[in-house]
Amino acid sequence: MRQFDAIVIGGGLVGAAIGYGLARAGLATAMIDEGDIAFRASRGNFGLVWVQSKGLGAPHYQRWTRLSAEEWPSLAEELGERTAISVGLEQPGGLQLCLGEEELKKRQAMMEQMRQEAGNFGFEYRMLNRQQLAEILPGLGTSVAGASWTPYDGHANSLNLLHALHKGFVEKGGAYLPNRTVTEAKAAPHDFRIELGGEAITAPKIVLAAGLGNAKLAPLFGLSAPVRPQRGQILVTERTSRIWPLPLGSLRQTQEGTIMLGSSEEDVGFDTSQKPEIMRNIARRAVLSFPWIAELQIVRAWAALRVMPPDGLPIYDESSQFPGAFTANCHSGVTLAGAHANAFAPMVAAGTLDPMMAPFSAKRFDVPAAA
Amino acid sequence: MTVPQGASAASAVLLAGLAGARETAISGSGRAPYCMMGVCFDCLAEIDGVPNRQSCMVTALPGMRIRRQRGARTIDPDAAPDAPPSFPIPEPRSGGA
Repeated sequence: MRQFDAIVIGGGLVGAAIGYGLARAGLATAMIDEGDIAFRASRGNFGLVWVQSKGLGAPHYQRWTRLSAEEWPSLAEELGERTAISVGLEQPGGLQLCLGEEELKKRQAMMEQMRQEAGNFGFEYRMLNRQQLAEILPGLGTSVAGASWTPYDGHANSLNLLHALHKGFVEKGGAYLPNRTVTEAKAAPHDFRIELGGEAITAPKIVLAAGLGNAKLAPLFGLSAPVRPQRGQILVTERTSRIWPLPLGSLRQTQEGTIMLGSSEEDVGFDTSQKPEIMRNIARRAVLSFPWIAELQIVRAWAALRVMPPDGLPIYDESSQFPGAFTANCHSGVTLAGAHANAFAPMVAAGTLDPMMAPFSAKRFDVPAAA
Repeated sequence: MTVPQGASAASAVLLAGLAGARETAISGSGRAPYCMMGVCFDCLAEIDGVPNRQSCMVTALPGMRIRRQRGARTIDPDAAPDAPPSFPIPEPRSGGA
C-alpha cells in the first residue's frame, strides 16, 4: 500500500492542472488516469481560453473565468520553462460573430446584461459593426451583421497543455498512475483509501476530477456531481497561412495554420459518433461567416463529450461528511486551467475551499420544491 | 513520366525518384511520401493547381501536374464568391455558460 499526501482521480486537463498545482505545492501526489478507452474531453476540445460568454446570470462564474484567464500567462510561462513545451497561448481578445441582425441584437443584450451583473468588478466589451469587422477580417461574408469583443479572450494548444501539465507533474515528483480504474473506495475524515484492482493507495486528501466519471464517484465521498455528457462536434481544415489576428468563438485558426470549425451541442448520452446534419450546420455557419472557407479541404472531424452540470456552471465542492475530499467539474478545462492550477489546487493544499467557491457547491441543486 | 494504370500521384513522385513531395508548413523541412494510406499527410502536393492534396489518395491521370507543396497554402479571401442569399442560417449554439 502506498501512502500519499493527496490523490487526484482523473488525468485530463482538470485533474492534471490540479495535480500539477498540488505537486508544485510540495504535496506527494498520485494522479489516477484511465486508459485510451476513456471519454476524453481533454483531447476533443476546441482550445479556446474563452471568457466573454461565461456567467450570464452567474457573475461568480464570470469572475472565476476572468481569474483563470489572468493566471494563464504565468502558468504558460512556468510550464514552458519547466517542461520546454510551448502551450501556444495567445490572448489578443476575441470576437463572437453574429449572423443576421437578430443574433446581433441578442448578443448585444447579453453582453450588456453581463456588464451590469459584473457591478464594480467591471466587464469591458464592445459591439463591432460589419464595416469595422471587415477592416480586420478579410473576406467577411455578407451575412455577418457584427460581433461582440472583449479583451479577455484567447486560445492555446490544448494538447500541448495536457502534455505539459503531465510532464510538469512528474517533474515535481508526482506519481502518474495510468490505465487504472477505481474498484473500491473507503472514506473517513482526512483518510481515504482507493483500491485500483489489486493495488491500494491512501491519502488524507482526495480530489475527484474524473470528468463524467465523477457522477458515480462523488457519492462514495459524501459529495454530489450530477454531470451529464453533452456532445460537441468539430471540423478541421487543412493548414493555411495565418489569416485571423484573433480567435472568433466558434472559429479559430491554430498557430500551425489549421482552421477549427465548431460548435454544436447535443444531449445524446455516451455517444461520440458524428452526425452529418450537425457537421453541415457547422460548415454552413463557417461559410456564411467567410465564404473562402468553402475552398479549404476538411482533413479531420470528430465528436467529444462535454462534462455538463445541470445548469451549465462548474461544480466545486468539499465534503462535509468526509473533510479532505473535494470535487471539480466543468466543461471548460482549457479556459479554467489557470484557475485550477493556481487557485483551486492551493485551496486544496491549504485544506479548505475559499468562501468565494461557495456558490459553486452542488448544494445549489438541493433546493426543495416550492409548496 | 509514365506509371502503371491505377497508381497514385504519390507513387509517381517516388517512381520519378524525387527527393521529396513537400516542405512543411512550420519549419519548411522536406518530406517525402511515407505511409501511402492517407494518414501521415507527408505526401502533400499541389495537384492540377489544388494545394495540400494527399497525393497518395489521388490516382495519377494522363497530363496530371504534380507540384511540390511549399509550406502552408495561401488563400485569397476576397476572390471567393459570397454564399447565395437563399442559404439558410443555422441556429448558433445556444449555450453561453
